[in-house]
Amino acid sequence: MNVQSVTALVTTLVVLVIVVVFINIRRHAHEAREYAPVQGTAYRYRAILFWVMIVVGLPITVYLLRDLPYATAATAPEVVNATGSQWNWDLDKEEFTTGQIVEFNVTSTDVNHGFGLYDQNGTLLAQTQAMPGYINRLTYQFTTPGTYKVMCLEYCGLVHHDMILDLTVADGNGGSNE
Amino acid sequence: MNSAITDTEAQGQDITAQSGRFWVVTYLAITGLVLLLMMVFGLLMRLAQAGWLAIDPSLFYEIMTVHGVGMVGIASLGGVAVMWHFLARYVSLRAGVLAINLVLFLVGVVAMLAADFIGGFAAAWTFLYPLPAVSGSVWPAWSAELHLFGLLLVGVGFLLICLEVGRALIAEYGGLGRALGWHKLFFNSDDNVPPPAAVAAAMVVIVDTPALIAGAAVIVMSLVNLFAPTIAINPLLAKNLIYFFGHVIINATIYMAVIAVYELLPRITGRKWKTTRVFLAAWTLSTTMVLVIYPHHLLMDFVMPTWAMMLGQVLSYINSFPVLVVTGLGALAILHRSGIRWDLVSTLLFISIFGWMAGVVPAVIDATVVVNSVMHNTLWVPGHFHFYLLLGLLPMIFAVMIHLARNEDVTPRGGDLTAILYLLFGLIFVIMFLAGGWASVPRRWAVHLEQWQIWDKVASVMAAGVIVIATIFVVMFLARIPGMLRQK
Repeated sequence: MNVQSVTALVTTLVVLVIVVVFINIRRHAHEAREYAPVQGTAYRYRAILFWVMIVVGLPITVYLLRDLPYATAATAPEVVNATGSQWNWDLDKEEFTTGQIVEFNVTSTDVNHGFGLYDQNGTLLAQTQAMPGYINRLTYQFTTPGTYKVMCLEYCGLVHHDMILDLTVADGNGGSNE
Repeated sequence: MNSAITDTEAQGQDITAQSGRFWVVTYLAITGLVLLLMMVFGLLMRLAQAGWLAIDPSLFYEIMTVHGVGMVGIASLGGVAVMWHFLARYVSLRAGVLAINLVLFLVGVVAMLAADFIGGFAAAWTFLYPLPAVSGSVWPAWSAELHLFGLLLVGVGFLLICLEVGRALIAEYGGLGRALGWHKLFFNSDDNVPPPAAVAAAMVVIVDTPALIAGAAVIVMSLVNLFAPTIAINPLLAKNLIYFFGHVIINATIYMAVIAVYELLPRITGRKWKTTRVFLAAWTLSTTMVLVIYPHHLLMDFVMPTWAMMLGQVLSYINSFPVLVVTGLGALAILHRSGIRWDLVSTLLFISIFGWMAGVVPAVIDATVVVNSVMHNTLWVPGHFHFYLLLGLLPMIFAVMIHLARNEDVTPRGGDLTAILYLLFGLIFVIMFLAGGWASVPRRWAVHLEQWQIWDKVASVMAAGVIVIATIFVVMFLARIPGMLRQK
């Protein structure tokens, strides 16, 4: 499962839990009880929820910080300049091979653009911003041959939706593209 | 209330209360009408993306710009109305500021509409430098200058509101820290403990003042650059200022509107919402968090310092605590087995708590850097903010509208089917955005690829349903305005 699917699944599960709680509250609202014991139970749930969020949530968020996209490759990558302009992408090269570690040096000549790398199924793999006057270095290693796309992910004006570039990735083992 | 009040002072307060009510009702009426128009613009966008309506991309992006800035504007206007209405019973507010703000707001709105629909300005509500000035020859410089000037006027108006509310809180409680209840929180003092409405208002003043100043600064800087293009701005600085401004402003709208929950649920259920130390701690935490987590909008700007990005993620997780653990759970506890009969007002407030709590979930998850890498600037982003604005903020505002239309009588009457329908249409509409994010659909694209359009088509149908129900709520309010204004 890719990151998007895990995200969607976790979101759905947590929201469903919230929905179940709300349906329960809705259904029992008319059965009047004294507030003090209800409040006492609520405070107990609150304490449990608070500590669960601390004990489970914080380690998860710290763990998820281990794999940040900001680091550049330890081994010498192939550096490819990628420049966005209104409204096209200009890359040093548009053909790659699998196994190659590529470092896209992303910038812009005019306004902010978004360098969004998509695979042949239309799934977003990685992205970084293209900001004028700055270079954002995005490291990526292609593992599957095929046709990829760069699509603009930062609103940049009239042709934002048509700033698309095809990249081809060949099999690095010397086999065919299929 | 000071018992030593004289007849003249009481009369003065009645007049103030009456004129305050006039402006609150006016604000809510304008909020309702502009909201419906902005919703129609949103529907047009989804129809265009669905391939069901042919709109020229230049018009699409103008509509997108107006929809964004219009919704933020009325979220603020409606939020101020809700906050003012309830806060006025605890502190002495000068209604004249509401009048001044409204003038600035309306002039600013007219300026932006002219700039966008006549001038063609379409840099989105985020006006990300240098896009307003560098449009690829699509819009003239004057349209950018007019739009930004209009936005500046609107911002100045809200800053005046913040200053007036801050003044009133300081006059009543002796300081903003005391208005946040710090004397109770840290020293357990029971002297003039602020009610939830005042605590929320204090938070809004503390966060919105620097946010509006930052917004004004980057707007003025952009205007200088527009008039004198050789004077350039560092684009990373501009982006930081814009997202600090934008993040705080839009979050503060919910913090204003939630006052309705704190004020009405106790009245409806007969159970008190006390200002406990936990409540105060949650609000102080929110005040701090909302000021420092804006870097979660810049996680894909790799040139930002890594520590800022890491803090953006971790603090975003922590920021969910006050909402989920304190306000959400507190509202549910007040309602649980309270013996109430559900009606339109109570159900709308109930839905608003759900919208806010559930809406936080996709937001916090997206603030995780590794997730943000593949979901930033996809439809997941409008998915999460429509979740807690459409299903959190708006039901709070609608609830207050209906409550005022009923002359503030909380006796339950009638059914709540319209609220349930609003929730169902709204929830599926929001889910279509989230599904688009799962499918990697980019946001802010006028033209969608065919394989993405199924989400857009369902969303369009749902949006139409939302607009019908929202119209019913707004008309219910507008029809009762004469009665509302006669009330003391």
